[in-house]
Amino acid sequence: CTKDLDQVPEYSANAEVVYRDPVQIKQVLARLYATFAVSGQKGPAGAGDISGIDEGFSNYLRTYWQLQEITTDEAILGWNDGNLPSVNTLQWNADNEFVRANYDRIFYEIALCNEFIRQTTDAKLSERGISGNDASTVRTYRAEARLLRALCYWHAIDLFGGGPFATEAASIGTTPPYKTRAELFAFVESELKDLDTTEGLLAPRGEYARADKAVAWTLLTKLYLNAQVYTGTNRATDAITYANKVLAAGYTLAPNYTFLFLADNDKTAARNEIIFPIAFDGLSTQGYGGMTFLVHAPVGRAIAPASIGINGGWSGLRTKPALTRLFPGGATGTTDKRQTVFFTKGQNPNVDTLGAFSSGVLVTKYKNVTSTGKGGKDSNEQGGSGDFPDTDFPMFRLADVQLMYAEAVLRGGAGGSQAQALALVNAVRARSGATPFTTIALADILDERARELFWEGHRRTDLIRFGKFTTGYNWAFKGGVKEGRDVEATRVLFPIPNTDRVVNPNLPQNPGY
Amino acid sequence: VAQTGSLSGRVTDSKNEGIPGATVLVEGTSLGSSSNVDGTYSIQNVPAGAQNLVISFVGYTTVRRAVTVVAGQNAQVSATLAESTTQLSEAVVVAYGTQRRQDLTGAVEQISEKQFVKGQVTSPEQLIQGKVAGVQITTGGGSPGAGSQILIRGGSSLAASNAPLIIIDGVPVDNTTIQGTGNPLTLINPNDIESITVLKDASSTAIYGVRASNGVILVTTKKGIAGDVMHVNVSTQHSVATVAKYADVLSGDEFRALVKARGTTGQQASLGTANTDWQREIFRPAYTTDNTVALSGSTGILPYRVSVGYLNQQGLLKRNELSRYSGALSLNPVLLDGALRVNLNLKGSWIDNEFSNQGAVGAAVRYDPTQPITSNAPKYAPFGGYVEFLDPSGNGRLNSLAPLNPIGLINTRRDRSTVKRSIGNVQLDYKLPFLTGLSANLNLGYDIQRGRGTVAVPAAAAQAFNQLGVNNQYAQDLNNTLLEALVKYERTVGPGKLDLLGGYSYQKFQNRFFIFNNNSADGKVFQQPASLTYNNSDNFLNTNVLLAFFGRFNYNIADKYLFTGTFRADGTSRFNPEPFGFFPSGAFAWRLKGEDFLKNSESISDLKLRVGYGKTGQQDLGGNFYPFLAGLTLSDVRAQYQLGDQFFRTLRADQYNPNITWETTSTYNLGLDYGFFGGRFYGSVDVYQRDTKDLLNFRTVAALEGLSNGGTFNTGSLTNKGLEVIANVDAYKSEKFNVTVNTNATFNRNRITKLNNNDSPNDIGQATGGIAGGVGNNIQVNTVGFPAQSFFVNKQVYGQDGKPLEGVYVDSNGDGALNSSDRYRFKSPRPDLILGGGANITYGGANLAFTMRSNIGNYVYNNVRSGSYYDTSTNGFVANANRETLDSNFTNAQFFSDYYVENGSFLRMENITLGYNFGSIVKKDSNLSLSFAVQNAFLITNYKGLDPEVIGGIDNTIYPRPRTFTVGLNLGL
Repeated sequence: CTKDLDQVPEYSANAEVVYRDPVQIKQVLARLYATFAVSGQKGPAGAGDISGIDEGFSNYLRTYWQLQEITTDEAILGWNDGNLPSVNTLQWNADNEFVRANYDRIFYEIALCNEFIRQTTDAKLSERGISGNDASTVRTYRAEARLLRALCYWHAIDLFGGGPFATEAASIGTTPPYKTRAELFAFVESELKDLDTTEGLLAPRGEYARADKAVAWTLLTKLYLNAQVYTGTNRATDAITYANKVLAAGYTLAPNYTFLFLADNDKTAARNEIIFPIAFDGLSTQGYGGMTFLVHAPVGRAIAPASIGINGGWSGLRTKPALTRLFPGGATGTTDKRQTVFFTKGQNPNVDTLGAFSSGVLVTKYKNVTSTGKGGKDSNEQGGSGDFPDTDFPMFRLADVQLMYAEAVLRGGAGGSQAQALALVNAVRARSGATPFTTIALADILDERARELFWEGHRRTDLIRFGKFTTGYNWAFKGGVKEGRDVEATRVLFPIPNTDRVVNPNLPQNPGY
Repeated sequence: VAQTGSLSGRVTDSKNEGIPGATVLVEGTSLGSSSNVDGTYSIQNVPAGAQNLVISFVGYTTVRRAVTVVAGQNAQVSATLAESTTQLSEAVVVAYGTQRRQDLTGAVEQISEKQFVKGQVTSPEQLIQGKVAGVQITTGGGSPGAGSQILIRGGSSLAASNAPLIIIDGVPVDNTTIQGTGNPLTLINPNDIESITVLKDASSTAIYGVRASNGVILVTTKKGIAGDVMHVNVSTQHSVATVAKYADVLSGDEFRALVKARGTTGQQASLGTANTDWQREIFRPAYTTDNTVALSGSTGILPYRVSVGYLNQQGLLKRNELSRYSGALSLNPVLLDGALRVNLNLKGSWIDNEFSNQGAVGAAVRYDPTQPITSNAPKYAPFGGYVEFLDPSGNGRLNSLAPLNPIGLINTRRDRSTVKRSIGNVQLDYKLPFLTGLSANLNLGYDIQRGRGTVAVPAAAAQAFNQLGVNNQYAQDLNNTLLEALVKYERTVGPGKLDLLGGYSYQKFQNRFFIFNNNSADGKVFQQPASLTYNNSDNFLNTNVLLAFFGRFNYNIADKYLFTGTFRADGTSRFNPEPFGFFPSGAFAWRLKGEDFLKNSESISDLKLRVGYGKTGQQDLGGNFYPFLAGLTLSDVRAQYQLGDQFFRTLRADQYNPNITWETTSTYNLGLDYGFFGGRFYGSVDVYQRDTKDLLNFRTVAALEGLSNGGTFNTGSLTNKGLEVIANVDAYKSEKFNVTVNTNATFNRNRITKLNNNDSPNDIGQATGGIAGGVGNNIQVNTVGFPAQSFFVNKQVYGQDGKPLEGVYVDSNGDGALNSSDRYRFKSPRPDLILGGGANITYGGANLAFTMRSNIGNYVYNNVRSGSYYDTSTNGFVANANRETLDSNFTNAQFFSDYYVENGSFLRMENITLGYNFGSIVKKDSNLSLSFAVQNAFLITNYKGLDPEVIGGIDNTIYPRPRTFTVGLNLGL
């Protein structure tokens, strides 16, 4: 009579059933991608993936973006939420919940990938009767899981240096050991090279939003370009090797720069430039982080929400003069089409206060309207709530790879040419009507990356690579003062959150925290 | 020369069978005896002369016999006791039975109808608010049917439920709050309740094992009496509730002056010309009528009680109303020549709620008082004419950051529910014929609830403007079934009397939650149709099974030495594969009054020392039914992901804990029951310590260790230490004039003693206590060495004028930076001292009674104040401010300042009742009484907000507790 104590819910799935069915295995795979976009299993919020913080606040893309952008000269986020102000001012400590949230999302995704790989080993597949074409399809999924895991470890390397480490070989419940930045680098490098050389990943541009070979190559390019920072060794030549592979993969620059950030960027020519997006949809992929944040947070005051395809702004994000100054004529100039997203009406162009939304130029780069000016699926115009955009986030795109190629050449890498570097940079500029460079120096690349890739989550990494993040170059509210000041050299890494060090004694703290 | 004689005789029941264990006392003395197995007794050394003999036994009517004792002789006095369930004054309801108060070995308090809180009481727990030492009952606000938090001895859990186990007529009820009600206990008509017993220490609760860690509350309803004639009881009450206090916000003129002085041009332009007091607009005097008719008596061998009740209670908030229709039936015949006792209880109730829009309570505090309620201006037409703040871009839509018109919120929302609940059981108690003293008891019960509700908002309403209105429904079913089988055996063993009990209990809780579409006002699905579950069902069914074997012995030697031991093996479906936990307890009581040296003492009428120890458990993780299960969750259609051009509902591997097991609490209790001066001054003192270990706690999971960053584990421990004092005084006693005073005091100290398995110095603790303002701001922390939910704040620096300096805090760690590392732990919402007390004064038929409550040392984070600063960043609107703003002059939120953590100590006059009993003026043996009551008559506190009594200690504009005036009439025929 104690059998009744064995209760399991009928509405829930278990591994033994799910991993016997390739269709359901793809649903698990889709979940590995979804981690970057959603915050849990209910849209827009609910059944959250992580806890201890608001779901929308802690969304992967949103927190990653914040750590890469509001810590720099490109963006400021004025809300009074918890320890958010200290992320703007580079004064965070090891208890900062936004730093923690991104750390937790990164390792959450790695844990999900590990579990997927663990459940889809060849041995498990044959044990569960999956063979033939089905087995090779699942092997592709498994390769994608490894690639997504490598991507996340790269995020950890870039933001935290070293960190906890586990693969599918570690069982659940084991406290993971620590790996240094160089050790994590070596792991990611070997994984990506293995994925490049073995069967598994889809060929480039095979299926939209899938992590294919070109994604692996782009990631390798990024890894090698930053290797000097990560490991102390210049790997510019390797960066060029993989950039070349991407450049030869058939991607083309979208004819219109602004189309890259619109609601239909998964359908227009923008799709030919985007190597790896985080996909959002106003009806089917909802959340309060991700693109919902990037579309709503910069809107307020005189910007008409309907022109952005939303119901109202959140009055949070602005940019600093350091960015607009890079364009001819500053925020109000129009020669460079990339300038047209700046919104100055009624705004004080200088960032005089951290909190006031009127202080700083606004940026209308991401919109929930299509290339033909129609609102997205959930816009008010379409009878929707006006909350959730269709716009995909271009995590990797061709223009970035072109600029990386040029930078690697200028950093002395072999396998490319100065002429090709100049041509690729000018192709990016030409698209937006900017005058071509006749020559380029390394410093031009940093500025060009800001002009082309601002607000796309690259800036902190770029500034660090160019040695301009902590000292020698300042911007509003850096260090907590209005005019900006130098900060400790140790700010190039975020602290390992105390919350994790409390439960994992293997983790050392980064210097300075 | 002998001045004494002796008495002997036999106590029998109506079948002329001896009643063992009956109490025979010589009135006015401490002489007495209890009857033997065959019902016989004898008492020696009875003073010669006329004496009154009082013969009583649990469950029987007390009998008095006059007798003249002749020195040196024995007088025979026998008595036949009629069975009764109303004469329980000597009997205390305990786990699986009743006990004489003097036989109790644990910390048990029983409050009977006479002592209940008077006035308009909608939910049963409020009957004993302030009446029981060690029990803190906090209502969730003044809304009819609002939920209460009941904490017995400080609560022993952190993440798991701190709610006590509530058992109604033998059915442990489900404490899940079903959709459509704020408080499932509201479905019980308090008028049907006869007594409420609170079991506080582990020796009295441990027999309930896994559900007993936070104490047990036993509710006993009224029953018919065997052989009684039919009685009709009609009670009717009518009340008016009024707002006791409004939040102190600026008036229209004051606000206009403030905005003109400090606002931006845009803000000044947004001002209106009206003077609207939004709080007075949304609240009203609220009327309540509460009526119960009960018939009780006995037809032949069938004692019965039937009652019906009707309650209609308005809330202070406009459109907020609750109607309750309730019925109860109890039948308790004794069959088969007394061998079979049947106890049947059926209760049913039906509640119709109209919730109104309670968001208006907060909105009324913040909404601009210079705006009128409605306007004919065309720009407001899309919102039904209610004045709203529009987007500064001039697109005619709402300003998405501004608060909404409070009256609009109320008038454009219809939020109704119907909740039905039935609790019933049949208990069969059969005396087995082949062995005297052996009986078998079967208890079959159920507790079924159905919650259904609808929310409707028209398309032209600001509150759902982007969704084009709302036309939604929800539904939830709770089914709880119970089977209990007991065997009881009692006999004399050696020098004492032994009671044995063995039992088996099975209880199944099913919680079914239905999925519905989210619709716009026109009934069309908005955005996406709702998702079915993984098995394509339209509902989620969660099941929790609890299964137990238990036993108890009571051994009573000469009514002086009392031993109790219990044991329970308890299994829950929440833990797998190791579902069972084992919970023992033991207690000893020494009734000093029974010793020779006190037997004859006049001044000491009662003295008993109790010691007890026991272990109890906890498994109630609320909605977390399967924490052990390695499952995958299917995403809903709004959290799909696009690969290629196809969207997938995703499958997520979930965090789980295969090792999860019981949280256990060990309780040590030392108690003293006393009575002096012939019982005129009596009460008890208890000291206790409760150590909880293996706390079911939500803790951080190391990165890459599991499948989320947090999960439920058995980790941490905490301790509650306390002292409870109860003192009752019959201050004046005479035929006509009586004064009784009851007081109770509780000191409780709660400390977390461990949180994680490694004591890292980096551990600031678990953040908790989310506040309004910003997102994700937590104001409290659970830390080792501090009370749970301690406030975690920055130390405010004040200027020479005593005013706080904006943004200036003490740099506690001296690192030159001001951030969260400088916060410190400052006080907690838990009171150091809880006091309750009252008096009852009767003069003839007149009666004056009052109950007061006081909490001392409880702190409150005043979120209404902290959210009030002059915000120059708002665009196109300004939110009204607490008068605070004029004091502090803050222009930015300073949420983490300790300036807002206030001492919430208070003294509340819970109720004052004036009554008159007209006696038999209607006809012979009838009774008519009239009463007038004031509830929440006054509140004395230094707290600056509306009311310092806030569950969790964060005051974010509560629905005000009303001051209620009630006239009641009770007619017994």
